[in-house]
Amino acid sequence: MDLKDLYREVILDHNKSPRLFGRLDPADSSADGHNPLCGDRLHVSLRLDGDRVADLRFDGKGCAISVASASLMCEAVKGKQRSEIAHLFDEMHAVMTHHDAPIPDDLGKLAALSGVRDFPVRVKCATLCWHTLNAALAKDSASGPIKTE
Amino acid sequence: MNANFASPAAYDADRVWRDFPILRREVHGKPLVFLDSAASSQRPASVVAAVDRYETYSHANVHRGVHQLSQEATGLFEHARERVRGFVNAYSTREVIFTRGTTEAINLVAQSYARPRLQRGDEILLTALEHHANIVPWQLVAEQTGALIKVVPMDRRGVVSLDDFAAHLTGRTRIVACAHVSNALGTVLPVREIVKLAHSRGAVVLIDGAQAVPHQRVDLKDINCDFYAFSGHKMYGPTGIGALVGRESLLEAMPPWQGGGDMILTVSFEKTTYNALPFKFEAGTPNISGAIGMAAAIDYIDTLGIENIHAHEQRLLEIATENMQRVPGLTIIGTAPEKASVISFTIDGIHPHDLGTILDAEGVAVRTGHHCAMPVMEFFNVPATARASFACYSRESDVDALVAALGKAREVFG
Repeated sequence: MDLKDLYREVILDHNKSPRLFGRLDPADSSADGHNPLCGDRLHVSLRLDGDRVADLRFDGKGCAISVASASLMCEAVKGKQRSEIAHLFDEMHAVMTHHDAPIPDDLGKLAALSGVRDFPVRVKCATLCWHTLNAALAKDSASGPIKTE
Repeated sequence: MNANFASPAAYDADRVWRDFPILRREVHGKPLVFLDSAASSQRPASVVAAVDRYETYSHANVHRGVHQLSQEATGLFEHARERVRGFVNAYSTREVIFTRGTTEAINLVAQSYARPRLQRGDEILLTALEHHANIVPWQLVAEQTGALIKVVPMDRRGVVSLDDFAAHLTGRTRIVACAHVSNALGTVLPVREIVKLAHSRGAVVLIDGAQAVPHQRVDLKDINCDFYAFSGHKMYGPTGIGALVGRESLLEAMPPWQGGGDMILTVSFEKTTYNALPFKFEAGTPNISGAIGMAAAIDYIDTLGIENIHAHEQRLLEIATENMQRVPGLTIIGTAPEKASVISFTIDGIHPHDLGTILDAEGVAVRTGHHCAMPVMEFFNVPATARASFACYSRESDVDALVAALGKAREVFG
């Protein structure tokens, strides 16, 4: 395992200067995510335009991996259809959890997070934002914070 | 062969280190630097061998058979109880109940002592620095009885003052439950004085000694508390074994906690009569090899001398505190004047979880997270800390490795 593979430049950059940081008010939906293992907390709020995520923001506190992952995710999914987001989530999940999974070209900057697969205890840090986004998208029914534990 | 030292000056940490085979391994191609002993300490070869010897030659169920192996196992198990009694200077082995660990011991007291006695409005007094294991069992019993939980605050150093303790003791305080040593901050509490204060108001005192017994002499005749709980695996023994030491008169008056074999004298479907202390509280086949391992751990501590271990760890604590404070942006959380060898810390701009990963890549094992003490984290307004903790086998070179690894973390995060 190589630390440089986990803490790549783009991750350190997004940790230091998170994009789309904050809260939308009003928002069409929002959700809280919590990783009790490390105390990470994220809030994702979004505005919908039909099936498209027109805009979204995240805020919260967490480790570099969880903050950078949320920042990269927000950039990547903004303006995308629900179906495209679901597809991205599946790809990200495979890339972060399967050691030999090929890295699809359409991941773009998100591919920087593939390094977590060599650090199993950190996978949850990187996926917290995605679970929180999914909860916000499914919100009409859901309630209570999303947990990774 | 165990290291054996007559005086503190002769303490040779390298020799002690060699008694712990696991410390010779590497992680991620680097020599292991194990600084997470407050979560669970490693075991010397003598403890591993004692457990192995029992499993290989003497295992059978205890207190049951007339055959040779059962007698040997019973003899070893009861000898272990006597070793535990001596280790904390309890009055009698009738007061020494083997449990799965500190958590189970506290739950036993909460359910068997407190639950039948507490009335609505009675108070359970805790401190702000407790481990979850000394909070949640009391919340459960408070819910069951209508009793109230009160909390003695601490100051910014992590010190709980006797004045604050006295101020929170009321005529309704029935139970005081507090740590001897804080796992998250290292603070040593003045338990002897706390017991005196509590007794003067008629309250019964339970002390969570999990973090105290590996680091300092514990004399229960001197402390004079009513219940004292600790775990084997934080004092160089196995996991899944610990002890509750209780005042005999209280234990006598308490109903059994769990029912089963070993805790009974006679059973019919109409009525069961319970066994004598301590067996009344040991339902089912106990963790025999665990108890034997715990006794071997006590033997090991005795060969080093707990006072020598204490002096060695205090020296390391001093050196580590000084060297770590030189790391830019590092803040030590928990600065009580009287501390065990535990250092919780944060570094500006680096989340503890990232720190843990970077240190691990350097072979340095520290705990990161909330240390099962979320109220402590809340008080200091941090989501988590990193924690380095030292044991009898820690060396000055471990401190150097830690400080170097912290420098590496700074490098990664720029």
